[in-house]
Amino acid sequence: MTRSGVWIFISFFLYLLIQVMLLKNLVLFSTAFCFLYVAFILFLPVETNILALTLIGFFTGFIVDIFYNSLGVHASSLVLISYLRNYWLGVITPQGGYDANSRPTLEANGTQWFLVYTLPLVLFHHIMLFIIEAGGFHNFGHTSLKILFSVLFTMIVLVILQLLTTERRRV
Amino acid sequence: MDRLLRFFYEYRAFFTFLVLELVCAWLIVQNNQYQSASYFNSSNRLAANIVGFSNGVREYFSLRDINNELADENAELRTKLEKRNQSFYSLETHEIKDPAIINRFDYVSAKVVNTTSSFFKNYITINKGSDDGIRPGMAAISSVGAVGKVKSVSEHYSVLISLLNVDEQVSSVIKRTENFGTVQWDGVDARFANFLYIPRHVTPQVGDTIVTSGFNAVFPEGVFVGIIRDVRLSEEAAFHNIRIELAQDFTKLSFVEIVRSNLKSEKDSLELKTIGEPK
Repeated sequence: MTRSGVWIFISFFLYLLIQVMLLKNLVLFSTAFCFLYVAFILFLPVETNILALTLIGFFTGFIVDIFYNSLGVHASSLVLISYLRNYWLGVITPQGGYDANSRPTLEANGTQWFLVYTLPLVLFHHIMLFIIEAGGFHNFGHTSLKILFSVLFTMIVLVILQLLTTERRRV
Repeated sequence: MDRLLRFFYEYRAFFTFLVLELVCAWLIVQNNQYQSASYFNSSNRLAANIVGFSNGVREYFSLRDINNELADENAELRTKLEKRNQSFYSLETHEIKDPAIINRFDYVSAKVVNTTSSFFKNYITINKGSDDGIRPGMAAISSVGAVGKVKSVSEHYSVLISLLNVDEQVSSVIKRTENFGTVQWDGVDARFANFLYIPRHVTPQVGDTIVTSGFNAVFPEGVFVGIIRDVRLSEEAAFHNIRIELAQDFTKLSFVEIVRSNLKSEKDSLELKTIGEPK
């Protein structure tokens, strides 16, 4: 296993631990949730093949589900964006393409590209998650409020995390 | 055949995706069934230990509240006991001799290790399980009111369906008028729930107390559920629209008591024999 492979392995546990021990308790105004574990799938190397991505996505979502007592809900939404991720990366390829072995991060491709990459995927994930969790479209006003604020919350934390890790590497 | 296989191989990622989503759908349906004995939830030992640790840290910040709550409950129980004792002096009570009736309910105290209150389907994890005699279907109450039902148990942990779960219904009664209805949460505000099926001719008032009815033998009779805060009656409706404020603040839940109903199986099997399967 290469150095980046080891780092991915460690970050998998880090994301999950942060999610279930910290962010699970951090729900703002009982509408804004932070599902940071999505970042684990989003920031896997560009070349990761779709088959591996969907399987990893399912596995990650399944573990999160165990802690949220919502078997299948997080897994299904994460499988969806794991599957879509590479197609979306293909659509928004920057000029000159991706560097070999690079990860789709803010540092590598700039803020604007980063937002175009993450926002739709996070949005898809949250829409699917909350609609399944609500068991359909009843109470849709409340559900869409949750989706809106949770996407905001997750995105803010995502960007902050990216800025922090970038800073560290420069030093 | 060869071409078919090649087709599957060509689109293997898509088919994996499809299969995984189907597996998820199956899991969701399974998990929604009441009283599932699932291993993959937070009653699983490793998961419960991890959330238990994070709860242990958080608990330090609410120790003062927990202590006050327990002290209040002690005082209240003492008052109740004293009242009961006093009434025995003046009243000619006929003694209940049957120990089965006297020991109808017993209580197991348990600590909450994990709770949510902002999803549509909220669950509570507690630190007692089948080793302490807890079984799926038992009721959970706290010092202030009804909390939920046991959904699944492992050896040392259990998962409860919180009252804040859109699938959970509790048979309850207006204490003043003695009319029966059902308490069900609507998924929006953790402090309020709906009280359903109170017919037109009854006149519930703001401030009336709602307690459990004891009809389904899960909850003991008379456990506090909430207080009526709003009553509306539209022209054609057969039932009142009643909003109640829940007695239990689910964001501050720290201890619950599991009610072991020793006569439940007897009652259920008798009903099954005479009425048939519950609908």
